[in-house]
Amino acid sequence: MTVRFGGLELAHPIINASGTFDAIAAARAFGRAALYERFPFSAFVSKTVTLAHREGNSPPRLWELGEGMINSIGLPNRGLAGYLERDLPELSTLPVPLIVNVMGFAPDEFAALVEAFSARREVAAIELNVSCPNVESGLIVGADPRECSVLVGRLRTLTAKPLIVKLTPNAADVPAVAQAAEAAGADAVSLVNTLRGMALRPGCAEPWLGAKTGGVSGPAIHAIALAQVHEVAARVSIPIVGMGGVRSGRDAHRLLSAGATLVAVGTESFRDPQAGTRVRTELAALGA
Amino acid sequence: MSAGDTRRTEAPFGRRLATVDAAREVGSYRVMRLSDRGGPIPRPGQFYMLSAHDGWAGGSDGRPFLPRALSYMRHRPETDELEFLLEVVGPGTARLAELRAGERVWLTGPLGVGFEAPADEITPVLVGGGIGIVPLVAWHQQLRLNDRDPALLLGFRDASHAAAARLLGEAEMTITTDDGSLGDQGIVTAALARALAQQGRAAVYACGPPAMLDAVRGICARQGLDAQLALEAPMACGFGACFGCVVSTVAGYRRVCLDGPVFDAAVIADGALA
Ligand SMILES: Cc1cc2nc3c(=O)[nH]c(=O)nc-3n(C[C@H](O)[C@H](O)[C@H](O)COP(=O)(O)OP(=O)(O)OC[C@H]3O[C@@H](n4cnc5c(N)ncnc54)[C@H](O)[C@@H]3O)c2cc1C
Ligand SMILES: Cc1cc2nc3c(=O)[nH]c(=O)nc-3n(C[C@H](O)[C@H](O)[C@H](O)COP(=O)(O)O)c2cc1C
Ligand code: FES
Repeated sequence: MTVRFGGLELAHPIINASGTFDAIAAARAFGRAALYERFPFSAFVSKTVTLAHREGNSPPRLWELGEGMINSIGLPNRGLAGYLERDLPELSTLPVPLIVNVMGFAPDEFAALVEAFSARREVAAIELNVSCPNVESGLIVGADPRECSVLVGRLRTLTAKPLIVKLTPNAADVPAVAQAAEAAGADAVSLVNTLRGMALRPGCAEPWLGAKTGGVSGPAIHAIALAQVHEVAARVSIPIVGMGGVRSGRDAHRLLSAGATLVAVGTESFRDPQAGTRVRTELAALGA
Repeated sequence: MSAGDTRRTEAPFGRRLATVDAAREVGSYRVMRLSDRGGPIPRPGQFYMLSAHDGWAGGSDGRPFLPRALSYMRHRPETDELEFLLEVVGPGTARLAELRAGERVWLTGPLGVGFEAPADEITPVLVGGGIGIVPLVAWHQQLRLNDRDPALLLGFRDASHAAAARLLGEAEMTITTDDGSLGDQGIVTAALARALAQQGRAAVYACGPPAMLDAVRGICARQGLDAQLALEAPMACGFGACFGCVVSTVAGYRRVCLDGPVFDAAVIADGALA
């Protein structure tokens, strides 16, 4: 089942979606030996790292849906310096390649993050979370082909490591953004990130989530992910990481059929910590 | 490894199927006994994530989708059985409370960190509110096994809920109910303040609604007593993956499922339990 992806050679096509599996926390909960011996993913994608430390949004951060959930976690992380000092040494012991997901609130922040990780041997690839506003232009980078092109073009000059651009589905023309990323030198694109959603406090008109709106994930968005992967695949020739509501090998197979090279498992890991392994086994049984 | 990990039994990696051995009503609650063959021995205060193998998603809005966090109430090492106590508050607890002997659940755990025993000369004082008695049943049993003599104070809405106090067997205890239908009328934290006034050195272990825990925290802070609080938070994963379950502490947000659910009261930020 070995897969070549942007210069990496992976044991199988199932990885985790950023922010849905914390390998350091899982090692504490389940024991490091057991986790490493049966690591569910062929590469590990970190939660988004920002330049400065972030506490994240005020709770409540979760709302459950029948077929998914809405989260407003707010990208809590130690920041670049804390990540390099505390997280990276431990993540470098993982049995699989490490992909670091980064987000900047301005191009200079992205540049600082990419430069720092580019210099680290432990990092196999860098994923750019562009579902954020550029505070200088006010535009969501991942929603605007020009913004995306300028950003990726600049970051491309800073690193030889594979660059994966993680696209947001909250954009008018996702394939156009994907094309812009490819033209600017991205090695791959990943999609979909969560879709913007909202929940109301039971029995009243107030938003439930601390950040008022959040991101919808899980099976509820699988059909949307399938359509977007399919459309992007028709427009770019770089490899695609498909994700969104994958619960089973059948779901993964669907995204691969639509044009993905790798499939990321997100929310399903919350229900089943070994979902990655299950999805891979089911996928193999489908002969894919 | 963080310091808290000495209070943790690690869970087998992944979820496993467990069979319901028996289920019965105790007052307004339901006891569910599961066979967890080969499962590890949990530490009091730890919890499990559970979902029904069948019919999960059967609520009116299609929920539940995610597993539900439940503290274990008792573990029987002779039979590898786990006992849980359920209060039905929504579709997840409703589905779990429907399960009959022979039906199966997905189980992940034990998760989180448990209680830490006080030094020998300090009396453990256990304070529970409503369904919050669950981890205290396990903790009480363990303290007794270790020849400790914990004090017990339990508060309930009414006599029907207070029926759960008999899960602690013959132990001596103070019971309060909001409506006075059993034990002393009033809130359990008032009983705690009275009990502490007569106690020598005490360490308090509490689980219950946020307002109760906040009051316990205040009382213990004023008297300079150590307190450990078992917190609840809405959880998606239970093993630190989602960052959804945070509580505000003096060091910033911490994940209740990973760094808790048991926290030293002194680290909880002001207003976090409001
Ligand atoms: C560590 C820990 C230990 C616990 N131990 C026990 C125990 O031993 N016994 C026990 O009975 N309970 C225990 N609980 C609580 C239990 O996990 C919850 O009561 C349960 O998850 C509720 O699920 P539900 O589907 O029944 O109700 P829900 O409807 O999911 O939740 C109840 C509350 O959540 C909010 N809510 C309503 N709709 C939604 C929605 N769509 N999405 C998100 N929130 C919503 C509302 O405030 C509602 O009152 C524990 C919790 C934790 C964290
Ligand atoms: C709780 C939670 C936290 C997430 N955190 C991040 C994050 O830090 N960075 C990121 O790029 N995507 C994040 N995501 C999005 C996922 O990586 C993924 O794109 C999305 O959830 C869709 O996949 P799924 O339906 O399989 O979960 C998060 C999703 C969830 C549910
Ligand atoms: S419940 Fe997911 S991090 Fe605690």
